[in-house]
Amino acid sequence: MHAVHQILAVTSMNLRGLPQRIAPSLVVVTGIAGVVGVLLAVLALSQGLSRSLVTSGRADRALLLHAEANSEAASALTRDSVSRIIDSAGIARDARNEPIASAEVPATLRLPRRSDGALGILTVRGVGEKLPALRPEILINEGRMPARGLNELIAGRAARSGFAGLDIGQHVVLGNADWTVVGSFESGGDAHESELLADADTLLSAYQRASFNAVTVKLLEPAAFDTLNRALAADPALAVTAMRESDYYQQRSQKFAKVLAIVARLVAAIMAIGAVFAALNSLYSVVSARTVEIATLRAIGFGGGAVMISVMAEALLLALVGACAGAALTWLLFDGHMVSTVGGGGVANVIFRLHIGGGLIAVGMLWACAIGLIGGLLPAIRAARLPIDTALRAQ
Amino acid sequence: MAAMVSLRKVSKRYRRGAQSVPVLESLDLEVEAGEFLALMGPSGSGKTTLLNLLGGLSRADQGEVRVAGARLDQLSPRALARWRARHIGFVFQFYNLLPVFNAQRNVELPLLLTKLSREQRRHNAQAALALVGLADRGAHRPSELSGGQQQRVAIARALVADPSLLICDEPTGDLDRASADQVLDLLRRLNREQNKTIVMVTHDPRAAAYASRRLNVDKGQLGDDATTVAAT
Ligand SMILES: Nc1ncnc2c1ncn2[C@@H]1O[C@H](COP(=O)(O)OP(=O)(O)O)[C@@H](O)[C@H]1O
Ligand SMILES: [Mg+2]
Repeated sequence: MHAVHQILAVTSMNLRGLPQRIAPSLVVVTGIAGVVGVLLAVLALSQGLSRSLVTSGRADRALLLHAEANSEAASALTRDSVSRIIDSAGIARDARNEPIASAEVPATLRLPRRSDGALGILTVRGVGEKLPALRPEILINEGRMPARGLNELIAGRAARSGFAGLDIGQHVVLGNADWTVVGSFESGGDAHESELLADADTLLSAYQRASFNAVTVKLLEPAAFDTLNRALAADPALAVTAMRESDYYQQRSQKFAKVLAIVARLVAAIMAIGAVFAALNSLYSVVSARTVEIATLRAIGFGGGAVMISVMAEALLLALVGACAGAALTWLLFDGHMVSTVGGGGVANVIFRLHIGGGLIAVGMLWACAIGLIGGLLPAIRAARLPIDTALRAQ
Repeated sequence: MAAMVSLRKVSKRYRRGAQSVPVLESLDLEVEAGEFLALMGPSGSGKTTLLNLLGGLSRADQGEVRVAGARLDQLSPRALARWRARHIGFVFQFYNLLPVFNAQRNVELPLLLTKLSREQRRHNAQAALALVGLADRGAHRPSELSGGQQQRVAIARALVADPSLLICDEPTGDLDRASADQVLDLLRRLNREQNKTIVMVTHDPRAAAYASRRLNVDKGQLGDDATTVAAT
């Protein structure tokens, strides 16, 4: 009880002096706001990307590539391989007893991005006719599915909002042919929403290619993955590797998102060091400006601990104000915005939504508190250790 | 009467660079409860150093320091802070009020270390302000008060928790004559009417004349002061 009174009295003494130290205090607040803002923005990028990739994969679907390929783009599967693959055990079948599978061909398309008008890369995915059964999460929200044999395609929601020229009725050029956008779809915010879909056979003939890149199949159940693997291994004419779709996207998301998460922390950590020094400097000046007052309170009998906690409390307060400012700014600027990865080296863009949620904001607050506590600690110790007799002579 | 202060062979030296400068050497002092002692002496003779030892603001290098029943040389820093809160009221030359608080809040500060309720704290602070003649100035900030008024607020703060010993370091050093007389009158009244034990450092023989006993600090030693007795 006494301790609380003491701490409140010293803190209130310090805070009432704050208007006279508005500049150094603002430096601290701004520094911490910057740290939190950058941290939240880049973490939101990482989380958004990761979420979009992770939700793309399901445990009851498998992706099959050529045995020597480690990515869809590097893989090739002949028509014969494809029909052998989809007849394997472990694959789910529809009402007509046909395997639920889609042999796919990714092609790339360059279109101007809405954000800056620069050309970005989109994936046009040629898919099989069983797509609706294979990917029930895909919902046509405008227009219709492409007709077989026609140069038609549909655009994912994220692709449409990120790139110009994908409204229904608009045309794009693919493989020297003219293609018409006939619909748009969503698929629960996953990475496919960044893509366009077309009929695989039509796309193959437009590019005068014979082989598919990959096959995605629906498993009877997640555990049927092993059955499928055994069946594939037993067929000497096949050289394919199967990956659970969820694992495949997990891997991709780990690569991209983890790098981003590391970058977020690295940049924030560097900025945080600056903020710690600003806090350190500002609070040292608080302590030295209050030397006589602190010594007077200590003479009256106030404890060193109360003085120390008060300085820390001021540091924390500045940190929390900074964190709120940083989080609010980031939220205003980025929450709900669609972002596209910058496709370099022929990598297609993934477009996803940024979400600055409570979890992220809590992370920002924790960082801010840590900065405040670290920056406040040394000045607080100096204040608590002030030799009272010398400090009283300081006037 | 029991001794309020009892120093035995107390020494204090300060380090200045590589040198160690003796300030008090093997000093003895007794102050009875109810006394009003004036300490005089040239500037730099160690008066403030002596007060700091009595008030538990610094520690002796050697010797026994017994004040208000406690051996200060044996208390931990924490215990010493608690002891100060309970037993000592300080009055400084430059008042040392907290500029951001009004007079009432300044006087209340020592009561934050007691078990008193908010109401009782307010009441006692008001009573202490009334005792120093500033009942109507509770809401004033220090900057809105004259030097003499500020020093009386400081005396109210020193008194409010009913300490055993008032320690005053040149309490009139910064005041004009009329304000000084008011402050000294107040101290004498506290000593005579409320039986407060007071140890006061002063340069001014007129101020020392208000005390019931005078000692001279010189070259680290205490001696009876012959020169100022006549001024009473
Ligand atoms: N913290 C300190 N460090 C070094 N020297 C000090 C310190 N405090 C006081 N002194 C020295 O001790 C001597 C006595 O000081 P002080 O007790 O303030 O004298 P007075 O109050 O009688 O003027 C002076 O020479 C002063 O410079
Ligand atoms: Mg002095």
